[in-house]
Amino acid sequence: MADLLAIQGLRTWFHTRAGVARAVNDVSFAIQPGETLALVGESGSGKSVTAYSILRLINEPGRIEAGKILFNGTDLLKLDDKGIRSIRGDRVAMIFQEPLSAFNPVQTVGAQIVEAIRLHRRIGRRAAYHRAMELLEQVGIPSPAKRVHEFPHRLSGGMRQRAMIALALACEPDLLIADEPTTALDVTTQAQILKLLKSLQAENGMGLLLITHDLGVVAETADRAAVMYAGRVVEEGLVATLFTRPFHPYTAGLLASVSIDDLPPGARLPEIPGTVPSLLVMPRGCAFAERCPYAAGTDGCLDHAPAFLPVADDHRVACFRTPPTPRPPLHAEATGEAAGALLPLDAAARVVA
Amino acid sequence: MTRNRIPAVARFLRRRIWQVVPVVFGIALLNFLILQLAPGDVVDVLAGEAGAATPEYMAQLRASFGLDRPLPVQLAYYLKNTAMLDLGFSFRQNMPVLQLILERLPATLLLMIAAMGCAVVSGVVLGVISARFVHRAADRAVSVFVLVTYALPTFWLGLMAIVLFSARLGWLPSSGMTDIGADLGGFEYLWDVARHTVLPALSLATFYLAVYTKLVRTAMLEYFGADFIRTARAKGATETRITLFHALRNALLPLMTMLGLQLGSILSGAVLVESVFSWPGLGRLAFESILARDFNLLLGILLFSSVMVTILNIFVDVVYAVLDPRIEL
Ligand SMILES: Nc1ncnc2c1ncn2[C@@H]1O[C@H](COP(=O)(O)OP(=O)(O)OP(=O)(O)O)[C@@H](O)[C@H]1O
Ligand SMILES: [Mg+2]
Repeated sequence: MADLLAIQGLRTWFHTRAGVARAVNDVSFAIQPGETLALVGESGSGKSVTAYSILRLINEPGRIEAGKILFNGTDLLKLDDKGIRSIRGDRVAMIFQEPLSAFNPVQTVGAQIVEAIRLHRRIGRRAAYHRAMELLEQVGIPSPAKRVHEFPHRLSGGMRQRAMIALALACEPDLLIADEPTTALDVTTQAQILKLLKSLQAENGMGLLLITHDLGVVAETADRAAVMYAGRVVEEGLVATLFTRPFHPYTAGLLASVSIDDLPPGARLPEIPGTVPSLLVMPRGCAFAERCPYAAGTDGCLDHAPAFLPVADDHRVACFRTPPTPRPPLHAEATGEAAGALLPLDAAARVVA
Repeated sequence: MTRNRIPAVARFLRRRIWQVVPVVFGIALLNFLILQLAPGDVVDVLAGEAGAATPEYMAQLRASFGLDRPLPVQLAYYLKNTAMLDLGFSFRQNMPVLQLILERLPATLLLMIAAMGCAVVSGVVLGVISARFVHRAADRAVSVFVLVTYALPTFWLGLMAIVLFSARLGWLPSSGMTDIGADLGGFEYLWDVARHTVLPALSLATFYLAVYTKLVRTAMLEYFGADFIRTARAKGATETRITLFHALRNALLPLMTMLGLQLGSILSGAVLVESVFSWPGLGRLAFESILARDFNLLLGILLFSSVMVTILNIFVDVVYAVLDPRIEL
């Protein structure tokens, strides 16, 4: 199947006074039509910057330095202003973490949805309002005919996020980017919003890039996951694979303590000892080396950054370690399988030229 | 947006209009104290200093002020007169004070509104240009222009404008509100007044222009980083649309707040400009009353201006509330 979205070698750097922060550094991943890809990683690992880069919403001092963002085969980074505007909100839509501040406080919810529709569709104001009401109904907002004239501050947090989703769905996008859509909500509302997103996805068949801290959300909602660390994707694969046979020591550290079947709702990423290197002074070698239990004996880890290469079908990792060290015996049967599934790779072949 | 808010606005107005009462009371009290501090009795000040009052009027005044009674009673009399809008009589001008004030009021209102409108509109335009092209040539040019207008004293600017546009180029009249002796009607009259308004209004506007430009620029820059601007961009809106419908629309709120705070100072500014341009307004009347030591007139103007500023403030609050739906009226 042709990729809906394929990000290749994306680099988004922030040229700050203190130096160049390499917030996103050689990130690659792809999303198929109708698929949900979860982007996970610690705070500051570059998830949001990756998401904003897709629609070129990066502001000064940030700049997209390199890479391709192929959407249905078109490189979004090569489009002119008009071209990218015709994609934004129409073919690719976004929802944000904080639904209150994401709405213009002085316009009604309806007016903002109507704007989203009329920016891309030649329809009259009345028809657009009608459509806005339909959308509000679709996302489960009660009495939409009334809510459409309400200002954002009058809605509850959950209702606002539903309205935000309605706004994003206004033009039936092919790809929806959701940047931590449930973080600001309480647990019950989180579950409702995720269920809503999933059912809408089933209806429209849109691709979903879901950024989240919440491993429960990943396990429940996503087909595949990409794990980011210090501006890079360190591992990407099917959710089932990542939870049962994580390859990268960082992924293993994140997922070691949890079992995919009984994740409590709202389970956050566990803490790993050590700190993320500053994005301003990235080490020459693997960014995770300092915290990695396996890096000590391997010179390669400190000298070179590992390339992002496949270890199995639909499973890519940036790590020199091979063959893989078995996981702690939490899922003993899975670990056994994992060792067999991995391709024996020569560490030298993984060094970035 | 305003459709369902009109009854709310009416209710708000009814509530807020009562704020005028303590203002009137406070100023009347202050006026009374000033009268007490002046040498002689109140009537000497009110009428005697003007030097033209008849003895009958003095007697009548004494009775109406209750000067033979104790101080609190005198105060009560004074407040009663004020409450009934009886501001007394000006012997210098030979007219009731209230009538004098009301005659001059339209000119001052016209000047204030023209100046404010001019300052707000150009402040918004320049502020938007600055913010949209921040740190670029246009932003720098606006910044220098605005600084110059801010730094120059209003009266000097006014005088220079008279010299240039009136005396040298002869484009615009420099004094009064209408051409003396001209008996114009309808549209021609309006045109004449408009031409007379240009120079004084611009002179008064320059000072505020700088403040509003900077304010709009700062607010816009702040909003450009806001989440809802990112949402608008993610929807596919053009930068122009984002600037005007999202950033500027929100930046009008701090502008309204500032405008409300400055109403009083604008009135004071009007005094100066009215003197420079012989504008027949309240400011000039106040100036004349000081020169003529016409105390009663001055106190009347003081009272009246305070009430006017309070009412304008309420009006600004209503506009603010209409602009910002988060404000509960
Ligand atoms: N405007 C900016 N100026 C300078 N640096 C920035 C800017 N925005 C982002 N960054 C850098 O990019 C890094 C990644 O930020 P990003 O918002 O993508 O993190 P994140 O993974 O989304 O984290 P979180 O989970 O907290 O949302 C930050 O650590 C920061 O150093
Ligand atoms: Mg983020």
